[in-house]
Amino acid sequence: MKFSENWLKEWVKYDLTTDEVMEQLTMLGLEVDGVESAAGVFSGVVVAEIVACEKHPDADKLKVCEVNAGDETLQIVCGAPNARVGLKTALSKIGAVLPGDFKIKKSKLRGVDSQGMLCSEVELGISQESDGIIELEASAPVGVDVREYLQVDDQIIDIDLTPNRADCFCMRGIAREMATLNHLSINAPIVTTTEPSIDDTIEIKLNAPEQCPIYGSRIIKGIDSSKTTPLWMKEKLRRCGIKSIHPVVDVTNYVMLELGQPMHAFDADKVDGGIVVRMANDGEEITLLDQSMAKLTPEFLVIADHSKALAVAGVIGGLDSGVNDQTQDIVLESAYFDPATIMGKSRKLGVHTESGLRFERGVDWDLQITALERATDLITEICGGKVAPIHIEQAKQHIPKQQDVQLSVTHLNKVLGFEVAPEQVSQIFEGLGFVTGFADDVWSVSSPSWRFDLAIAEDLIEEVVRVVGYDQMPSHRLHSSDAIGVIPEEVKQLRFLKQQLADMSYQEVINYSFVGERQLVDLGLDTGRFDLANPLNKDMAVMRTHLLPGVLANIKSNLARQAQDLALFEVGKVFSKSAAIIQQDVLLLAKTGQQAPEQWSVNNQKVDFFTLKGDVETILSGTGLRIEFSVSSQAYLHPGRQAEVKLDNQTIGYVGQVHPSICQKMKIKQEVYVAEIMVDASQRLQLPVWQSVSKYPQVRRDLSIIIDDSVTWSEVETAVQNSLGDERVLLDKLCLFDVYKGDNIEKGSKSLAMAMIFQEKNRTLEDKEVDKLVSKAVSFLSEQINAEIRS
Amino acid sequence: MSDLQQILADGLNQIEQAETAQALDDVRVQFLGQKGSVTIQLKQLGQLAPEDRKSAGAQINQIKQQLFTAIQSKKTTLMAAELNQKLMAEAVDVTLPGRKQTQGGVHPVSRTMQRIIDLFSQVGFDVVTGPEIEDDFHNFEALNFPAHHPARAMHDTFYFPDGHLLRTHTSPVQIRAMKNMKPPIKIIAPGKVYRSDSDQTHTPMFHQVEGLVIGENVTFASLKGVLNQFVNAFFEDDLQIRLRPSYFPFTEPSAEVDVEWKKDDGSINWLEVLGCGMVHPNVLRSGGIDPEKYTGFAFGLGVERFAMLRYGVQDLRNFFENDMAFLSQFQAAGESK
Repeated sequence: MKFSENWLKEWVKYDLTTDEVMEQLTMLGLEVDGVESAAGVFSGVVVAEIVACEKHPDADKLKVCEVNAGDETLQIVCGAPNARVGLKTALSKIGAVLPGDFKIKKSKLRGVDSQGMLCSEVELGISQESDGIIELEASAPVGVDVREYLQVDDQIIDIDLTPNRADCFCMRGIAREMATLNHLSINAPIVTTTEPSIDDTIEIKLNAPEQCPIYGSRIIKGIDSSKTTPLWMKEKLRRCGIKSIHPVVDVTNYVMLELGQPMHAFDADKVDGGIVVRMANDGEEITLLDQSMAKLTPEFLVIADHSKALAVAGVIGGLDSGVNDQTQDIVLESAYFDPATIMGKSRKLGVHTESGLRFERGVDWDLQITALERATDLITEICGGKVAPIHIEQAKQHIPKQQDVQLSVTHLNKVLGFEVAPEQVSQIFEGLGFVTGFADDVWSVSSPSWRFDLAIAEDLIEEVVRVVGYDQMPSHRLHSSDAIGVIPEEVKQLRFLKQQLADMSYQEVINYSFVGERQLVDLGLDTGRFDLANPLNKDMAVMRTHLLPGVLANIKSNLARQAQDLALFEVGKVFSKSAAIIQQDVLLLAKTGQQAPEQWSVNNQKVDFFTLKGDVETILSGTGLRIEFSVSSQAYLHPGRQAEVKLDNQTIGYVGQVHPSICQKMKIKQEVYVAEIMVDASQRLQLPVWQSVSKYPQVRRDLSIIIDDSVTWSEVETAVQNSLGDERVLLDKLCLFDVYKGDNIEKGSKSLAMAMIFQEKNRTLEDKEVDKLVSKAVSFLSEQINAEIRS
Repeated sequence: MSDLQQILADGLNQIEQAETAQALDDVRVQFLGQKGSVTIQLKQLGQLAPEDRKSAGAQINQIKQQLFTAIQSKKTTLMAAELNQKLMAEAVDVTLPGRKQTQGGVHPVSRTMQRIIDLFSQVGFDVVTGPEIEDDFHNFEALNFPAHHPARAMHDTFYFPDGHLLRTHTSPVQIRAMKNMKPPIKIIAPGKVYRSDSDQTHTPMFHQVEGLVIGENVTFASLKGVLNQFVNAFFEDDLQIRLRPSYFPFTEPSAEVDVEWKKDDGSINWLEVLGCGMVHPNVLRSGGIDPEKYTGFAFGLGVERFAMLRYGVQDLRNFFENDMAFLSQFQAAGESK
């Protein structure tokens, strides 16, 4: 909410700078969002009256005016369409300085001398737009400095209110806060009770008493709609961001800003019969004040007459029943609407109104009559008219109740952790308008009608501490236990996994958890997908079922930025829905390009299946569990270059080359290899268990075989193990050191060279024994897998 | 006996002159070999008068010893020179680049999150996590946001057709933790959160760290103390913080925390970095904790915000563009360019 600091000073006579005021407001919980001057910096501008106005001899759009500036009469050339005889306006005399350090000099316009300039609001930095020179009141004293006359030495402070503080959407509320903090009194405007001079009333039916438990009205007849709103009121409204429209509307807005009660005025002639407050009919239409047509549903509350809806309750009036410059008789409305009923209705209608903002957060439910009296005073002062009695209908059982809240000194100190003097607490409650009793170290507080956020002791504690000042609160150490927590040693903490990957050349990426439907469909990864009901856009509409779409997009964008060798990883949740919603933490590794950075000393190799496989093995090596890779058939991977990864017989992921047709579709022109692994599997660690170390030498025998190309290494490995029977414990390691196809090897066959390393824990193995073991293996291999022995 | 002195002088001279192992050996043969001049001198001892033999013999042996020592010493020198020469032939250009593997890195958000976790872990905060797809109960209801509460409108929530939602804050973990643990509770809950808001200063997904402490002497003043220490430790600087009243349905009293920040022009301004407050009794009850017995505080901070301040990142959106040129700036050991 924007408000004029000068207006606040009328309420509370404080002696503070604007900066101090802003600091105090923020520290009270009324966060100051910004501040601006009520006008630009200007000087030498006075009130002047146009006494003669002729067309410029050589320019159609210009006028030559004789202007009375008080002590002299000056000739001014002016282009404003509203320049006319009798108008009082702002004159920048020669030597005046306008905002932007613009100095006014004597000039000639199309051959005619101009001894100054008549100014618009924009030129004086008072408003953002204007369509002519300022029109001042007829009573404005000629020759007086405009700054003084308009009282523009004022600051407009903008505060951002939290949803619980609707009471500060008015001067009364802000003043209450400032007065309490500074131990000052409040100078509220005196509201007089107007004696009715006529006895007209309008029938009011509360057909939705829960949604509207209080509806007050008053008829005023015979007002003069041609009167204009006084300058002081217009200026206050303007500084609070509200345009002057019609004196009656201006008064209702003024009372809202002053006291906090949004009001409405109907043209009495447009009201058929009486007022009916009811829920809207389904499809009921109404043209709103902003000229838009709204189609309502039964969740909207309307103010209707006997034939039609007149206004959307608490949000915006209807165009047809509003006041205009012909209006003579009005019906004033001052009501209390249930916040939950008004909530969200502005948004549904696409209108943002001051009234909606206040009603949806809660308006003082004891203010309706005061507001009617205040508005009556102001309207009759400006427009005259005959006043009828106030007519108010109430559904008492639905009016919010005062909350009675107890707070003990002990509880206050227990929550805050420091002591506040009870006298100070009582003073704060009193200042904030709470009816309070204090006995036996307990305050009994009745919440005032303008506060909807006081229900429990903690709510009162906040009131105390925010007025005492959060900055006055001491900083205490937390008294902690000295319990030593367990750090499980059989879990690789995520940070160490991430650091290990970083040290293995991978860069972590973080992608949004939602992707476009097409991204998943293109990768064939849309099974079990879970769509958002209200996505931001179609590229963020579906929860990712896999980390691949995001990482592939990262590869693509980085390749486009000339990075050719990439190693990326992401750890994050993937989502799917079948019977239940599944949210699982997954690790994705992706590599493309060269294995190592380009350098003179390395014979570089391109990333391939075995690069990723090796990385997976490295990550899992600490588990101490059996890791197996077997042929798999994931649709997003190359059919001949992929494997399922099993850890201790459990499938924990896949490794392979991204299907070339996917890369082609994404215009990624190089092979991309990925591995997806369950995060919890990759975090497993084996607790080391000591084993005796053999003191006896190892014996190595190399074996080279030629076998059919279709026989896998895993089959050869198993065959070697099996060939040794019970003596396999002697084979410490079987290391494959060469795979060869090509010259000297028959097509369809391959040569495998392996080292068999034997060791016995308790003695030195003899050559003869080892030879026997090797020949066992040799004959087994040739018999079982048709291997031809080369050496 | 000037002959002997002459031999010694010649010998030493020639040893000195020898430049190779071979030349040195030739010198050895020439003087100390079978037919070497010193050997000959020894052989000729018999020709001397018996009374002279002893002293002459001693003299010759002394010379022999002197030459032998000189040869050994020269030999060591020559071998060292020879080895040195051989090694110098193996010299490398030490300015050629070293053989290396690429260094990867951890994302700056992870790095910042880890730093925050580390700081709180030091004083015994346990790390707990929760689901990202949440239900209305945990995200709102149990946190004292009744249906139609105006504060709900402040959370631009992503919903699923079945009523589930993407958590808008890490606060639901508070409820889960309270239900699973008994006071004293001292946890932090890091994780991803989601709001349907996207512009220069908002991304639809971001990271928060939630803190929750429940116990018997947990006060608003101790909340201020913890946050003060945390901010100073995180930035490794004695920065002022400012708590000011705010509103969250799940805390009462509530506060927003600003940190004093020096702008480039030297002026100071307050930057909002986190929200906090005393856990609302309704929330304690939702979590099955007796508000008569225990009090608690909670805080929630935006990880990206802290990362931006710590590393001077200007644009929030950088974090999710995953451009290597950006990410590599946060690598553990930055690659030299």
